[in-house]
Amino acid sequence: MKFSLGKYLLPTYVTLTFLFLAIPIGYTFVFSFNDSIKSNIIWRGFTLDNWLNVCGQQEVCDAFVNSIIVAVSATLVSTVLGTMIAIALVRYRFKFRNATNLILFLPLATPEVVMGAGLAAQFLDFGWQKGLGTVIIAHTMFTLSFVVVTVKARVATLDPALEEAGRDLYANPVQVFWRITFPLLLPGILAAAMLAFALSFDDFIITQFNSGALDTFPKFVYTAAARGIPAEANVIGSFVFIVAIAIVMAVQIRSSIKQRRLAK
Amino acid sequence: MATDFAAQGADLELVGIRKEFPGFVAVENLDLKIPAGEFFALLGPSGCGKTTTLRMIAGLESPTQGQILIGGKDVTDQKPHQRTVNTVFQNYALFPHMSVLENVAFGLRQRKVSDPVAKAQAALDMVELNHLAQRRPQQLSGGQQQRVALARALVNRPALLLLDEPLGALDLKLRRQMQIELKAIQIEVGLTFLHVTHDQEEAMDMADTVAVMNQGRIEQMGAPERLYDRPKTAFVAKFLGQSNIFVGEVAEADDTKVSISFKGHKLTAPAERVEKSKGKVAFGVRPEKTMFHESEPQASSDLNILGPGEITDIRFTGVSNQYQIDIPEIGEVTVFAQNVGKSPVVELGAQVWVSWRVEHGFGLADLPTGEEDID
Amino acid sequence: MAFVALGGSAPEAVKQAPRKTGRVAMLLLLPGMAYLALFFLTPFVSLILTSLKQPDPSGVIGRYDFGFEIGNYVYAVSQYLPQILRSFSFALIATVIALAVSYPIAYFIAVKARNKPLLKGMLLTLVVAPFFISMLLRTFAWKQIFSNDSWIVNTLKDFGIFGADSYIIGTNFAVIFGLVYNFIPFMTLPIFSSLDRLDLRLVEAGADLYANPATTFRKITFPLSLPGVISGTLLTFIPISGDYVVASRDFLGGPETAMMGNVVEANFLRIQDYPTASALSVMLMAAIVVLVSAYVRKSGTEDLL
Repeated sequence: MKFSLGKYLLPTYVTLTFLFLAIPIGYTFVFSFNDSIKSNIIWRGFTLDNWLNVCGQQEVCDAFVNSIIVAVSATLVSTVLGTMIAIALVRYRFKFRNATNLILFLPLATPEVVMGAGLAAQFLDFGWQKGLGTVIIAHTMFTLSFVVVTVKARVATLDPALEEAGRDLYANPVQVFWRITFPLLLPGILAAAMLAFALSFDDFIITQFNSGALDTFPKFVYTAAARGIPAEANVIGSFVFIVAIAIVMAVQIRSSIKQRRLAK
Repeated sequence: MATDFAAQGADLELVGIRKEFPGFVAVENLDLKIPAGEFFALLGPSGCGKTTTLRMIAGLESPTQGQILIGGKDVTDQKPHQRTVNTVFQNYALFPHMSVLENVAFGLRQRKVSDPVAKAQAALDMVELNHLAQRRPQQLSGGQQQRVALARALVNRPALLLLDEPLGALDLKLRRQMQIELKAIQIEVGLTFLHVTHDQEEAMDMADTVAVMNQGRIEQMGAPERLYDRPKTAFVAKFLGQSNIFVGEVAEADDTKVSISFKGHKLTAPAERVEKSKGKVAFGVRPEKTMFHESEPQASSDLNILGPGEITDIRFTGVSNQYQIDIPEIGEVTVFAQNVGKSPVVELGAQVWVSWRVEHGFGLADLPTGEEDID
Repeated sequence: MAFVALGGSAPEAVKQAPRKTGRVAMLLLLPGMAYLALFFLTPFVSLILTSLKQPDPSGVIGRYDFGFEIGNYVYAVSQYLPQILRSFSFALIATVIALAVSYPIAYFIAVKARNKPLLKGMLLTLVVAPFFISMLLRTFAWKQIFSNDSWIVNTLKDFGIFGADSYIIGTNFAVIFGLVYNFIPFMTLPIFSSLDRLDLRLVEAGADLYANPATTFRKITFPLSLPGVISGTLLTFIPISGDYVVASRDFLGGPETAMMGNVVEANFLRIQDYPTASALSVMLMAAIVVLVSAYVRKSGTEDLL
């Protein structure tokens, strides 16, 4: 057999790049076990204290809880609104279709700092106090288009004949939606909700412009960076990472088992 | 890289080709020689290794063992782009981001042939598609795409043209039309064509030589008429048309005739039409060479007779009727009778005898395993 | 849609006959679109109005009155031209590097791992893995790794590659490095999505028609992955041009690396010079709209958006 360099070059490159991508993740994880006192910069020895006592730094915990509240609220609203828009876009004919598509596309093509500053300027003009409410409003706004795009892809793969079959079998429009359309769309809706949650949870720039005194987890990290990020922040970051990876792996393995079963 | 422009077809020779994939052997010890200018069909059910063979010839897979020679030159280690072989892919594989004309000119440009556009246009002329040269492939119908794919391959004047089920995606009527055109083009350009298909009618209709492939091996090879008239294995007998097959111990054998005893009946075939004359042997006969009679026919040395049995099914297919006759202890026998108004009018459940002339029978080299009825 | 590409591999869309029009569609669209109008579109109006405001005569910091002060733009440009230019050059350089780094990864996952669903799934998970840990924590980790007495910097000094008083943090290199790192997944996923749909028989057909592997890539694989490349470059270029975390002094930047985002943040949130911050934001948005539409038009894929 011939020896081909190309055969090994690409896998080697991919492996190295993935290692490179993992470096800061590994660093964050390792330093969550650092026996640090105030600043978490130099390795001072292994400890589990940071994990066992995450709320030792009260601000970290508060910020984390705020992030969860914001992400859950924004995800709920944007998933509902976005799903409705996605269904309308695929299944209905209406005027201003192009304008609608453009308005949905724009948030994806606008730098966060512009959206953040614009919204903040509007809150100033309206005289609204910045805080939890304004952050949720902002996050719902910028996650909405992502939800529409994700759910739309799913609606587009849905055969309208299934709904017609439902109607043929005596289901009224409401029953058709809840018993046929919704269950079939559910994977797409869940994927969209997970995406919205992740985007909201990790958002910093828009949050910083519209949160006033409210601290979210990324905002806490940003502020803390000047003097050194406490190890408790590494714990929360690592914990979220592990949970998210576990969910994704579980979904992957499940779907690959399903595929293999189908292949047989 | 070979840049010479093959003016005519070249021989293809496969020597001891074997191809293993993880877990199974796709092609086993294949030897094959296709003379220049021939229309050769590789026929077999899906998974028989015919497509793998074709891909090895094109250079898209490399054989685990063996050699591939084109025009006497060993090309086993050549990459696909170095071989003077072109393929008409099963789903045509037309480049969606190029015009029809650019698709056809692609190979010429790669080989730096002078005047690629004019030559591509000439090729499109040949398949009568010059008026669609500027379209994108997606804008063409299936039959038109098929012709573009053919023109794209032929314009390079390859030593060998490979056709991978090229008509599979077309409807029946278009298929017949394309078969005729393809054959005409092959005669016109005089190239060597290797056609891979699972459609036995297509293979027999178009090819000079047909090789029937099964489970990685070539079972039998020859002119279509010969293959049909004298199948050598149970697989060929059943894959190429239908056969009634009877298995029995050889009772008598001499230079002219071989007889087996089959459940108390003596069945005879000419010795030159029998592959094996010892032990258990399978005899066969084509249903259209089998006749049935409402009364027991006169026994004769040039007639094999079975029966009586009962007609269990009659199917009208237009030009002929197909009868299923169930003979107790023997099983089902199929008889085709032409609808020329001569065959006896019988009804379902009628009692009949079956016969065929000794010279129409054949003896196989192997025994049926019951798994041949793949189609 | 260019950005559908984010969703990874999707099954083929079914032909949809948009059926009815009217009230149901309006009911479905209205809440979401009204929301976007109120919290995405009208803020642009606020932004433009704010960018034209003038200081309140009272002189209180952070108080401005409506006006038509074009001078804010002149001031913003004259004051921050280096940062403006730096934003776009950093974004351009980082996008090009990210493309070069990401394309082979996307190609490997989409083409080489095509028939290995488990491997493919795992590799895709690895690509998005950085998303699951706060971007700020990751960037901060790089800061620690490259900090002045870190192992890497000391090694470089030991080998004489680096002078005794050389540093990484605060340089253009560090900022571009951090930007590339953060946006590799954004570049990889859309390209993967395009390559995942690439019919490999077309590549075989290219080889069959005498194109060597390099030519096959240039003439067939790459052109067919162009939609993904365009989405990927947009998804990278746009956010980078407005980013201010990586270039911040508390992360990988220094006094000489500030980008437009840093200036907007400083003016808006620290010194409360809303008009200047707004003028800069308006200019950033305008530049993006112009650049993106020119780019998309040039690549001949207007139907993408």
